[in-house]
Amino acid sequence: MKKRIAAVFAVFIFICVGMLQAKDWNKIRIGVEGAYPPFSSVDADGKLVGFDIDIAWALCEEMKAECKLVPQDWDGIIPALLARKYDAIIASMSITEERKKKVAFTDKYYHTPAKFAAKKGMFPNFTKEDIPKLLKGKNIGVQRETIHDRYLSDNYEKIMNIKRYGSQDEAYLDILAGRLDILLADSVALEDGFLKKDGKDFEFVGPSITDVKWFGPGAGIAIRKNDKDLVEKFNKAIQAIRANGVYKKINDQYFDVDIY
Amino acid sequence: MDFSIITGNLGLYFEGLWMTLQLLFVSLLCGLGMAVPLAIMRSSKNFIVQAPVRFFVYIFRGTPLLVQLYIVYYGFGQFEWMKDTILWVFFKEAYFCCLFAFTLNTAAYTTEILRGAIKAMPFGEIEAAKSVGMSRALMLRRIILPSAFRRALPAYGNEVIFMLHGTSLASIVTLIDLTGAARVVNSRFYSPYEAYITAAVFYMVITYILVWLFKKLEYKWFAHLRPRKELA
Repeated sequence: MKKRIAAVFAVFIFICVGMLQAKDWNKIRIGVEGAYPPFSSVDADGKLVGFDIDIAWALCEEMKAECKLVPQDWDGIIPALLARKYDAIIASMSITEERKKKVAFTDKYYHTPAKFAAKKGMFPNFTKEDIPKLLKGKNIGVQRETIHDRYLSDNYEKIMNIKRYGSQDEAYLDILAGRLDILLADSVALEDGFLKKDGKDFEFVGPSITDVKWFGPGAGIAIRKNDKDLVEKFNKAIQAIRANGVYKKINDQYFDVDIY
Repeated sequence: MDFSIITGNLGLYFEGLWMTLQLLFVSLLCGLGMAVPLAIMRSSKNFIVQAPVRFFVYIFRGTPLLVQLYIVYYGFGQFEWMKDTILWVFFKEAYFCCLFAFTLNTAAYTTEILRGAIKAMPFGEIEAAKSVGMSRALMLRRIILPSAFRRALPAYGNEVIFMLHGTSLASIVTLIDLTGAARVVNSRFYSPYEAYITAAVFYMVITYILVWLFKKLEYKWFAHLRPRKELA
């Protein structure tokens, strides 16, 4: 009997030690999207590449943590975090009030405005005030439940015909196929993921959209609300790679300007 | 479980329900309309007549509905020549692409169901029809098809329910059907449980009604197999 109690106790201690170790965060699983070039995509060899991915590895190195990247569709990316499929999301997720109800965010790690893109010459240059009149009844493509979707749904649901896609790539395919008149998306994603590649006949039109209510202060890393220590760790790491030039090196690989 | 998420979005679910029902019934109707002549051709002894039907059925039963939908929706959009034809007016619409893929898919399965039912025709009945001098067309209309429909009914009821679940794929090509509504709700409130359970309940109610309808129909069509009621 004594032996058995001792054995149970040993197992108990073993588990406790295991949990303590997990809380040290020397092993972190990170959820990424993989269909959002140039931030995150899958290359010809099936490897994850992009700005988000490089930033994730750089942060891990800075935190001296062993990381594993887990690709996950955008639709389920927050539920999967809450279901503990991974511990953090580095997927160009904008910091918004709505999302803060479910998850905690680190400070931003980049910030770029949203822009419209359409076939060259299809629209004259327009301002925000012209939108209701000019885009009335047009088919506009966005990625489902992004800040861009939210912005259009809240402001123009009745005016435009909003088509929602599971990934940004699908929206690009459909505007090439002629099913869409115009896109609203992140300007950098549009430029590097579309305009410079398949979308050579397309251009930016209209104003940059930056309303803080919908677009927030930029993209941050989402973490479960209980894991405040991990938020701190990531914040320190972001500042560190900003300071030591690692961020700049990654930034310059992808963009002409500093997107922080 | 947060019920306010469900009640606050019921309107969206009902819009989705309407879309799901449209897709289901239009594709079933067109599919059945195609399947009857195809099944007759498929039961022909002439190889030239039955081979194309065999090929069609093989293609649509041999690939997943999701793949068929992707080919129709994203695949056809890649052909430049297609965009200049009148066809593009239709294939531009996600709604039409879904109906197109769903109709052909259910037509293929229904053809196979009907073919089996035609093949299971008791030979004596055909001999009897021949002996009273019926032409082939009349025999089809009066003897073979009514009897085949009756035999095919339980299997067809199954196909209808499969098709109902198949329509959920419409949500990946931007249509807001029941599953599409659930996706929108899920991504807006990040609560997959409430969003998908609601859609599941809707599907279950539709399935229940369909099963009930088929039971009624079977009761009527199999009247000759019921034990006779005692005459009062």
